[in-house]
Amino acid sequence: MYTPYPENMMESIKKVEATRAERMSQEPRRLTADEKDALLKEFHPDYNPDAFEEIKVGPNKGQKAPLELAKLIHSTSRIIDENVDITKVDYDVDVLVIGGGGAGSSCAIEAHNAGANVMIVTKLRIGDANTMMAEGGIQAADKENDSPVQHYLDCFGGGHFAAKPELVKRLVMEAPDAIKWLNELGVEFDKEEDGRMVTTHGGGTSRKRMHAAKDYSGSEIMRTVRDEVLNLGIPVVEFTSAVELIKDEKGQVAGAILLNMETGDYSVARAKTVVIATGGAGRMHYQGFPTSNHYGATADGLILGYRAGAPLLYQDSIQYHPTGVAHPVQIQGALVTEKVRSVGAQLVNANGEAYIHPLETRDVNASGVIRECSEGRGVEAPSGQLGVWLDTPMIELIGGEGTIEKRIPAMFRMYMNYGIDMRKVPILIYPTLHYQNGGLEINGDGFTEAIPNLLVAGEAAGGIHGRNRLMGNSLLDVIVFGRNAGKKAAAKAKEVELGAMNIDHVAAYAEELDAANAATGDVSPLLLPKYARHER
Amino acid sequence: MENMVNVYFFGKKYSVPAELTIMTAMEYAGYTLARGCGCRHGFCGACATIYRIKGQNELKTCLACQTQVEEGMYVASIPFFPTDKRTYNIEEIRPTQQIMMELYPEIYSCIGCNACTNACTQDLDVMQYIAYAQRGEFEKCAEASFDCVSCGCCSVRCPAGISHPHVGLLARRLTGKYIAPKAEHLENRVEEINHGEYDSLIEQIMQKPITEMKELYNTREIEK
Repeated sequence: MYTPYPENMMESIKKVEATRAERMSQEPRRLTADEKDALLKEFHPDYNPDAFEEIKVGPNKGQKAPLELAKLIHSTSRIIDENVDITKVDYDVDVLVIGGGGAGSSCAIEAHNAGANVMIVTKLRIGDANTMMAEGGIQAADKENDSPVQHYLDCFGGGHFAAKPELVKRLVMEAPDAIKWLNELGVEFDKEEDGRMVTTHGGGTSRKRMHAAKDYSGSEIMRTVRDEVLNLGIPVVEFTSAVELIKDEKGQVAGAILLNMETGDYSVARAKTVVIATGGAGRMHYQGFPTSNHYGATADGLILGYRAGAPLLYQDSIQYHPTGVAHPVQIQGALVTEKVRSVGAQLVNANGEAYIHPLETRDVNASGVIRECSEGRGVEAPSGQLGVWLDTPMIELIGGEGTIEKRIPAMFRMYMNYGIDMRKVPILIYPTLHYQNGGLEINGDGFTEAIPNLLVAGEAAGGIHGRNRLMGNSLLDVIVFGRNAGKKAAAKAKEVELGAMNIDHVAAYAEELDAANAATGDVSPLLLPKYARHER
Repeated sequence: MENMVNVYFFGKKYSVPAELTIMTAMEYAGYTLARGCGCRHGFCGACATIYRIKGQNELKTCLACQTQVEEGMYVASIPFFPTDKRTYNIEEIRPTQQIMMELYPEIYSCIGCNACTNACTQDLDVMQYIAYAQRGEFEKCAEASFDCVSCGCCSVRCPAGISHPHVGLLARRLTGKYIAPKAEHLENRVEEINHGEYDSLIEQIMQKPITEMKELYNTREIEK
């Protein structure tokens, strides 16, 4: 017998196997709207009041933020006591893009193609980003039985009716063109022999509109747009973070102060328009959750923008992906793509029960996993982590032998590294911190209202997904809003006249912190998580 | 006491918990990583690493985030390797054998040593996909190189100086753009949207009150 797990886990697997045939014959029931609400209120981490605190300063004063984010908001600038001479300009461009992920790269390509002098700064390498790690797919309503209006309904409803309509409109109406653009850059989408896109469901979709490139969808997109950035000769300044925005005397954004992550030296970039494309915040480990995010996901852009006066939206709404790795411990928190459920795996508890429909929205399914585990129907891994099963052998029974290696090769490889063959045994999962639903507030054109010429694109922006994002709408978001920001930033740069630069807002913010008696004594943005262990 | 193992980072000995990966073991040892650390989940290729187990001759390559530490492991990270990407205009090139010869002529200097394949952290048959590229078989090259994370371990070991990840990427872009059949339904939908066919429908749904949207959402038909 094949026994890759300890005895208690194998015992539970017997129950999973015993119910498999019956479970396969009937799809689990979908929850009603009331049932979903009740489940969320009782078990979703966003409803844990102890994990949030009031923001004491700035445009969102009086609202709630996760404790860890509030701490950054209540910290001071790292340049406040540095004498950075901002009159000495090291880089002078039309468009400055902060961040080298999917949004930043597609933004830079469009800005370049619109004739702007554009530059990317990124604190790690171009492509070290959550886009690279997105596995499952990208949504677009391009099939005959589907429409952008149907996509709008799924996105708006899945986000609990909180999204900004003009942003959802852009997302869904420009989705097919985003796929076309990527395809013409050479992204290899999964297709039938005749060219039809292979599309599946994601959680909360009413039509099969999930386009994929195996389970390397984000990688395939990221490496292609990165290659295009390099082909176009767009300057990419790596291992360089933006630590503060610069404004001019008219209050317009005018560039950023940069920090070389290796030498600690500061430099100055002047720009007519600035795009914040810094991504998410998984590495803040809200409520102690592990994360599926990349190393640099520390909410930097939110801090840069907020300190300069740009408001946040839904900063208290976080996405926990229902299926993060619960075992083995070496990859705990890593993403198990939703596509595993799209191609047939059910969520099954310790007793072998398919206790929920596997393709409810992410917040609902995450809450379901937490409920099962906290009510004694979870399985304990050797690390002590509880989880429920994702019944992967079903995939091969439904799709035929070889489906796993063909459709989800990255997942197969990740588990085989630790001797776990998901074709033969189910895998144990628990929610992982995956996405910040909120971010800096933007208008329909991608600009912040508070600071002229400042745009935000990608995960750093808030309002596109309301209070819960659907699978496949983030890869879409980074491409649609990245491209949009590039075009808009390039056009706007043509009419901008910059005045004398200043960073007065930095000192003013510090004074506000002192006046509110809120200063933590630390500095922000965080830039990198503090993982190094020091014995003394 | 936890089960500990001895590992050597750049030749210096550290005692670390045996369950850690190379990456988390370096952090346990006190390193704050800036280079050599990206997605931490095996997709970005930032943490290419080379190691040898004390007393064994074989030189191994891996991703630090996906590899558990072992007793006597001598570890050096390769956070950057000067691979050589050639630039091109994707709109102008075509999937001909000629294009590989123009952009990456060194692939024809492959001596067939298979060091690239042995070095691959994704267990790809790298030498085979280079062979496909030599012959202009771009679809096969694309498929065989698809899971590449561009860590560059292959290129580090190549005596012919080939930058394998860039060759695979070129083949994939050519395949995705020129060889794979077009999705007609996609082209049609883009046309329809450009012609304004959804403009009034989308404006209508944007104007609907929340109560009506809730009704629409909760009763919508879900494709089987």
